[in-house]
Amino acid sequence: MRPTNASGPLGERSSSWTARAREEIAERLPMENLLPDRQPYYVGSWVYVFGVVTIAALVLTVLSGVILAIAGPDWWHISAAGRFFNSLHFWSVQVFFVFMVLHLWGQYFMASWRGGRAVTWMVGVVIFAISIAAAFTGYLSQQNFASQWIAVSAKDALNASGLGAFFNVLNFGQMYGIHVLLLPAAIIVLVALHIVWVRMKGVVRPIESSQRATRSTSEKV
Amino acid sequence: MDTPAGYLHWGFILISIPNLLVIGLMIVLFVIALFVPLPGEKE
Repeated sequence: MRPTNASGPLGERSSSWTARAREEIAERLPMENLLPDRQPYYVGSWVYVFGVVTIAALVLTVLSGVILAIAGPDWWHISAAGRFFNSLHFWSVQVFFVFMVLHLWGQYFMASWRGGRAVTWMVGVVIFAISIAAAFTGYLSQQNFASQWIAVSAKDALNASGLGAFFNVLNFGQMYGIHVLLLPAAIIVLVALHIVWVRMKGVVRPIESSQRATRSTSEKV
Repeated sequence: MDTPAGYLHWGFILISIPNLLVIGLMIVLFVIALFVPLPGEKE
């Protein structure tokens, strides 16, 4: 085994990759950062609540989607409970998108990519793009006239771009599989990474506060 | 619900009234979030 820079409990370098991975995680993401009980004063604003509302809406979307997938289209179109969960799925997606865009506005005007947070920002952009694809395949999976109309309208644009060969919007099985498995899995993994990066780097300082901190440091020097 | 939504049209801008309302409400919510204080202790 190769020697490493990771140190063991007595300060010696560990030869085990699991120990090195554990030490690396503990150094980069200590538990007090992962599950903090206190936040800087500037986090006390409703603007910082938009992200967590988006996550709450995502949880509701996934849970209602699981119930819809188990029971099937005849249940969600005909029974009262099925219609309720169909509506719950639809409206939680609306809340998800509204608050995701509000979160985006808030982070954009705070320039939240500052201080080594570019990866967090870029992962957020990718989540947004995948969410649009997930919503689109969701509309195609409704199994009603609206979904047929959307599929027939969309096929020409996708065929013109060449994507139609791989992504056939008229194929319910393909759209449904992408909607209930591939895209939600990608969103959940990326949202988890997004949160871990936020916890690793901490919440970005407001621009004013950041400039004040820089000024006071340069004055001391 | 079964009738098509009304649309507003100025030059190249074409938007349905429901979409315009949602965007307007989002802007209002964003401005409220900027100015209304979050309850709880501050240190």
